[in-house]
Amino acid sequence: MATIPTTASEIAAAVASGALTAREVLEAHLARIDEREADIHAFNLVTADAARAQADAIDADIAAGRPVGPLAGVPIAIKDNMCTHGIETTCSSKILEGWKPPYDATVVTRLRSAGAVMVGKTNLDEFAMGSSTENSAFGTTRNPLDTSRVPGGSSGGSAAAVAAGFSPVSLGSDTGGSIRQPAALCGVVGVKPTYGLVSRYGLVAYASSLDQIGPFATTVSDAALITEVIAGHDVMDSTSIPQEAPSLVGAVSQGVAGMRIGRVVDLPGGAEPEVSARLDAAFAALAAAGATIVDVTLPSLGYALTAYYLIAPAEASSNLARFDGVRYGLRVNAVDTNAMYGATRAAGFGDEVKRRIMLGTYALSAGYYDAYYGKALKVRRLIAQDFEKAYESVDTILMPTSPLVAFKFGEKADDPMSMYLCDIYTIPTNLAGHPAMSVPFGTGAHGLPVGIQVLAPALGEAAMFRVGGALEAAAGGAQ
Amino acid sequence: MTQSGSPISAADVAKVAHLARLDIDDAQVVHFTEQLAKVMGHFGDIDALDLSGVEPMTQPYPLVNVMREDIEMPTLSTDEVLASAPATEERRFRVPPIVGTEG
Repeated sequence: MATIPTTASEIAAAVASGALTAREVLEAHLARIDEREADIHAFNLVTADAARAQADAIDADIAAGRPVGPLAGVPIAIKDNMCTHGIETTCSSKILEGWKPPYDATVVTRLRSAGAVMVGKTNLDEFAMGSSTENSAFGTTRNPLDTSRVPGGSSGGSAAAVAAGFSPVSLGSDTGGSIRQPAALCGVVGVKPTYGLVSRYGLVAYASSLDQIGPFATTVSDAALITEVIAGHDVMDSTSIPQEAPSLVGAVSQGVAGMRIGRVVDLPGGAEPEVSARLDAAFAALAAAGATIVDVTLPSLGYALTAYYLIAPAEASSNLARFDGVRYGLRVNAVDTNAMYGATRAAGFGDEVKRRIMLGTYALSAGYYDAYYGKALKVRRLIAQDFEKAYESVDTILMPTSPLVAFKFGEKADDPMSMYLCDIYTIPTNLAGHPAMSVPFGTGAHGLPVGIQVLAPALGEAAMFRVGGALEAAAGGAQ
Repeated sequence: MTQSGSPISAADVAKVAHLARLDIDDAQVVHFTEQLAKVMGHFGDIDALDLSGVEPMTQPYPLVNVMREDIEMPTLSTDEVLASAPATEERRFRVPPIVGTEG
């Protein structure tokens, strides 16, 4: 059998040209899954049979001379909080175990039209609430680089799938860092696009004003390619930005000559020294590539964690009210409907989901709304204004993705606050609605990967991918 | 704030659990109160900010009503939707009694 390329763009080119069949590509990836999935547990469900049928259909199209899409034959893993028609979608929660959605998420439809082949649904922290994938009701995912450590979260399964070579690309969702942080911990590229750039139709909602779908990949170019395919207006999502998907792949190799990169002088502390050292190295690499490093201040950034952990649970407490044992998922029978609600939700939700629902309910309740939720919304405005001011003098901003490299299982599981601090550098962009990506840039403690985060203003994806591409080139050159 | 100075009391937790329709037992109330008090203790940091005159921000961009033409469109299959339900009867969702079981 011919060698299977490692990137989505090379696979698509080889399949489209007839050098490889989609089926060959798929079988090679399924073989890797067979070999290591028992150790990694990236997936809640591997959809091998459906994938084979899809791959064979693409091969039939090519044999018949019919046109194929830009991802022809590219295996892709999908986070298990995105609806797949007739295929179990659980959000790694007992309350949705066994649920088969009656429709596809828009991103799933677009990927299929582009010729991508879904290999399975990946594990996550229940309802995307967590930073380690330890909150899954169906077991933890292990970091492929060191199986005694977490892959990050909440999209830990999607990050691990790409890092283990189970698929060259995957989709995750990012509400407070749930794509970027696991990408950093697993040594892959992860992108959170601008809020509204990618349709959320069919993404099971956690915090609707923050959630955004984006890709994982092994290269910046592949991440740009997937973003191009899934972006663009969708009538099914009223928060979808009414414009066409941008061209992004070309930006990756444009270089950073003349670009202004922001260094945050009042960045909140807490990063491991090795992580800070990699950030310094990233600035040096970009300066050497012709960029100008400009100091900026983001004085409200230190308050983002509080704003986020009030706003996201408040929205979650409302969104998760739909899981009530009536229309789908688990039901625990009881004497009346009210008792059935309480018993079903108690049995169906895990502790972290319960904590966030209670936190959000409290923050929204009479007498506390102004003191908590109302105040958090004002802090959110301050953070957005800080960014607005900073972007008057820079094109992008660089900071660490995660303050820590991948940590051991159980290290933070019983201490919600220490887990929440993992998100300190990723949540500000979600609050502002901006794009950001994590690019692997060398290693830190224990030889584990460090991710550098590139932030850009709303719809600034092209600038973000230029910087991401330059970082990737510099990291490759250093190895 | 509660009288004890803790940002959240066990009675608060029991109350919000009820509001959120989450049955939790007394031991869990104690456990969750401890954890939530620690998290909410951190939230005091924003009290240092002067937020007077700051407009609340509920969404990244101002939301506008999005309308479409008032024409017939395909909808989800009723059979398929009902197939996911825990209980149905006469093509409807079936629930336990709503009134008349208490007292």
